[in-house]
Amino acid sequence: MEKLLNELSSECSSAFSVNSDVEIDIQISENLKRNSTLSLPNIAENDLLRHFTNLSRKNYALSTVFYPLGSCTMKYNPLINERIAKFDNFNALHPYQNQETIQGILEIMYELERDLCEISGMDCFSLQQAAGAHGEFAGLLIIAKYFKSIKQKRTKIIVPDSAHGTNPASAAFAGFEIVPLRSESDGTISTANLKEILTPEVAAIMLTVPNTLGVFEKNISEISKIVHDNGSLLYYDGANLNAVMGIVRPGDMGFDVMHINLHKTFSTPHGGGGPGSGPVGVKAFLEPFLPVPRIENKKSKFILNYKRSKSIGKLKAFFGNFPVILKAYVYIKSLGAKGLKNVSKQAVLNANYMLAKFKDKINVPAGNKCMHEFVLSPKSVLKNNIRTLDIAKRLLDYGYYAPTVYFPLIVEEAIMIEPTETESKETLDAFVDTLAKIILEETVQEPQKIKDAPINTPVKRLNEVAAARKPILKWK
Amino acid sequence: MNIPQGLKYTKTHEWVKIDGNKVKVGITDFAQHEITDIVHVELPEISKQVKKEQPVAVIESVKSAFDIYTPVSGKIVEINDNILGSPEVVNQSPYESGYLFVVEFSDEKELASLLNADDYKKLI
Repeated sequence: MEKLLNELSSECSSAFSVNSDVEIDIQISENLKRNSTLSLPNIAENDLLRHFTNLSRKNYALSTVFYPLGSCTMKYNPLINERIAKFDNFNALHPYQNQETIQGILEIMYELERDLCEISGMDCFSLQQAAGAHGEFAGLLIIAKYFKSIKQKRTKIIVPDSAHGTNPASAAFAGFEIVPLRSESDGTISTANLKEILTPEVAAIMLTVPNTLGVFEKNISEISKIVHDNGSLLYYDGANLNAVMGIVRPGDMGFDVMHINLHKTFSTPHGGGGPGSGPVGVKAFLEPFLPVPRIENKKSKFILNYKRSKSIGKLKAFFGNFPVILKAYVYIKSLGAKGLKNVSKQAVLNANYMLAKFKDKINVPAGNKCMHEFVLSPKSVLKNNIRTLDIAKRLLDYGYYAPTVYFPLIVEEAIMIEPTETESKETLDAFVDTLAKIILEETVQEPQKIKDAPINTPVKRLNEVAAARKPILKWK
Repeated sequence: MNIPQGLKYTKTHEWVKIDGNKVKVGITDFAQHEITDIVHVELPEISKQVKKEQPVAVIESVKSAFDIYTPVSGKIVEINDNILGSPEVVNQSPYESGYLFVVEFSDEKELASLLNADDYKKLI
């Protein structure tokens, strides 16, 4: 284990020296001056550098390993995004600057909104939301405000049991009651089941297309008609947009509101809590309800308009997570329309290639074809009381980030794999061979090793149960 | 898998013990095994009015969080306080000391739709 900075601290070392003779030309009143010395660790610069470098070497990150974390679209984030985001033209700006002096970034955001409209088939976007669930929350507030404006009392949101957990959470947070919809074995929706629960109180249904099992909702046009005939709206969770970009558009499928995860589909670093960006898109009739400010183009000048009486208000400080917005913009511009379409084609091809290699060995509940990701259910082949969690831990020993496990909940012992478009055939082959070897051979030959895994990592198997039941939340 | 004969069951893996005008509710041995190690339980408030198949409690494990549905409509009259501080009891003793809550039911006819032990066995 790497020691903490205050454990490394020694009175004999220091990373800096302060010349106490320096005169500081700032007037600070006596009552604001510190009397005690600063309690900072004393560490020599080279020891400090080693500390951080050693920590970084223990990272399981996209820059070190294959990261097939299902549902999270851990694609390669092109370095050109980072390079441009580091330009002084961007990172030396201050959000309180006069709008006249930030015309460039306003134009970038304005243009990105239009690009997202083109990609999604929606009419308008707001880039303010900080992440996917924040986008869902914004979308649901828009839906609530819309029904209030037409004086309809609609209190319920339908969410399929195959949905991301954030869907029911966001809907509840926005004040709705959740009506769960039982999905079919491949995660799709039966229109008969839908009709049964589609009452006049239903404001909207939240769908992820393709769904969390990586299957396209083949009845989406019919579903859209049934829902709209009921006066309800359709919400599109953009989590899986990487499967359909440039191929089909949520707006054309009939969706009224959606969010996009820029940090996933449009390649910005994510994980570990952010930063993300979850722009919300709507059809024109919902435009008045979008958050303020709106970026408008008046006489070839970009302005921020806060005066919008029907808006749901402001959801995030300033302009949202601008560096993420900027990186997504760079990604879209560097790939272009054709490039983005190829992204989705390649993502779907990679997933199907892996699925084809797995399908004769391990149960695939949703069938032999998928979109950009698929779910394995190894339950029937797991021996010696070994479970999916153990398999995931063992993968760490082989230098892989573990896939998503136990999601979606409708699949027993689920292992959810999303390779993304940016991995080579060699990487995919090696991963399939390793995972198959662990599940089919090691569980039989070396069951104890798998139950003890990981054994090659700096930290061995942790007692997650004890950590959750009796957490120790402070150092020493 | 332990499925006691004297109890009733739901498709959502709750067991139901009928006692006069009340039912005691918990999760089945199968459910606790699938949920894996339970780390947190949220129970309803006493005297809360509930509707059949409404989510009334939450069980959280290292895997995920799961809604627990009331098998009958009525009023919550008792909750098992002991499991709040020691959620592992639900894993260790799902049918006895790991029960969740007691409902005083308002419509006896709802009991007819519950499964018996053999039906539940077929389901899982």
